[in-house]
Amino acid sequence: MTRQHVTTEINGEPQDFLCDAQETLLDVLRDELHLTGTKEGCSSGDCGACSVMVDGRLVCACLLFGVEAEGKKIETIEGMAEGDKLHPLQTKFLEEAALQCGFCTPGFLVAAKALLDRNNNPTETEVRYWLAGNLCRCTGYDKIVRAVMDVAADMRGA
Amino acid sequence: MEYKAPSSIDEAVMLLAQANGKAHVLAGGTDLLVQIRAGFTKPTLVVDVKNILELRTISVADDGVCIGAAVTGAELGEHDAVKAAWPGLVEATELIGSTQIQGRASLGGNLCNASPAADTVPALVAASAICLIAGPNGQREAPVEQIVTGPGQTSLKNSEFVVQFQLPKKLPRSADAYLRFIPRTEMDIAVVGAGVNLTLDKKGICQQARVALGAVAPTVLLVEAGAKALIGSTLDDAALDKLRAAASAACNPIDDKRGTVEFRVDVAGVLAKRAVLIAKQRAEMN
Ligand SMILES: Cc1cc2nc3c(=O)[nH]c(=O)nc-3n(C[C@H](O)[C@H](O)[C@H](O)COP(=O)(O)OP(=O)(O)OC[C@H]3O[C@@H](n4cnc5c(N)ncnc54)[C@H](O)[C@@H]3O)c2cc1C
Ligand code: FES
Ligand code: FES
Repeated sequence: MTRQHVTTEINGEPQDFLCDAQETLLDVLRDELHLTGTKEGCSSGDCGACSVMVDGRLVCACLLFGVEAEGKKIETIEGMAEGDKLHPLQTKFLEEAALQCGFCTPGFLVAAKALLDRNNNPTETEVRYWLAGNLCRCTGYDKIVRAVMDVAADMRGA
Repeated sequence: MEYKAPSSIDEAVMLLAQANGKAHVLAGGTDLLVQIRAGFTKPTLVVDVKNILELRTISVADDGVCIGAAVTGAELGEHDAVKAAWPGLVEATELIGSTQIQGRASLGGNLCNASPAADTVPALVAASAICLIAGPNGQREAPVEQIVTGPGQTSLKNSEFVVQFQLPKKLPRSADAYLRFIPRTEMDIAVVGAGVNLTLDKKGICQQARVALGAVAPTVLLVEAGAKALIGSTLDDAALDKLRAAASAACNPIDDKRGTVEFRVDVAGVLAKRAVLIAKQRAEMN
């Protein structure tokens, strides 16, 4: 069957692509557009490694068909830094060693940014619940949660 | 597989009716995409209903609240008026999955996926929610408890789909509540779920009650004996004990590593009772 033509905006830039109806947005991002920062952990909505923003909502790219992106604004980890200037969350994750293997990190960063963009004063409990859909097999989560709390504190101070 | 995203109910019905082979409605996709990937279902057509206004709208009127079947959990959780009127339904919805899942998951999908453990269904049943259903013969209404007929099975006919949920007018001194038991605090499927909706009079006597249980039978149960135990009482200990016994007695659960039959039966009674106490406290305040 013929591939469908989809028009979107990705990280602020217009972006067209062709995809089969059953391809997920995750497949399209990684295999078609070579935006491989978004990771595939489980492909069942459980791990959050594929977290992206679609029209301002945090979602799992593995649970969306690529064709559903028609007319939508998509934000991925590739759009988080401004050129060489890292986002404060990225800087803090590095400074505080909030990652080990790094596989979960793009998902955590996208999800944490979504939280801080709506609430720069979350409690630790709020951070932990917000990030409950992001799994990390390395860090034990504490350093991730602390890094997010510290960035929030910096945002409030600034 | 073909994908269509119609912008009207009629168009969606037509696409579904004309499909050769298996057609699926797509709302948030948080069940459907997992099932397609696992090979449980192989649709030849997917009809995305998220571009249809009626399915995406929440409206609050004097005679009740209407929630579009494809409204997401996140959207419902941000709606102050629905939250104030139906806190139990909103808390049930917000229990679904993670933040990411909340960005997509809908009430229509939760109901029509027909899992016995679906969190919003006991809350919808307790609230006496009515489904507006569209199909080739026009629209019809049906109470939520008539939709699911067994695990993965619904009473919806070919090319029918749920348009919206209609919640009745909220009476004074009424409130709902939903509780579930899971072995951890987040990201798990209910071992037992209990939804309750109560109306009290000025003296605190229970005038109306609905009690619904999830995950303890092939479909969500409306426990009429539980409601009977409450109506006419002040929700005193004796009434609550009767309710607890009625809830436990209604159960016909599975036995698995996440909960034995004995455990589920007992927890159903306990949760029903606790949900009544929460609903009572809420009802006394409004
Ligand atoms: C990680 C994860 C965690 C989850 N946690 C929970 C949980 O805690 N509690 C819980 O209850 N569920 C949970 N779920 C399951 C799922 O998220 C919910 O059932 C959700 O509400 C489904 O809604 P949806 O819009 O994504 O449905 P979809 O996947 O779009 O649809 C589900 C089914 O319903 C049909 N359908 C959808 N909308 C309609 C309609 N309007 N009319 C007729 N048929 C329709 C579809 O054809 C499909 O068969 C979880 C899922 C994941 C992936
Ligand atoms: S890959 Fe999407 S949630 Fe795991
Ligand atoms: S750093 Fe390895 S999975 Fe999180």
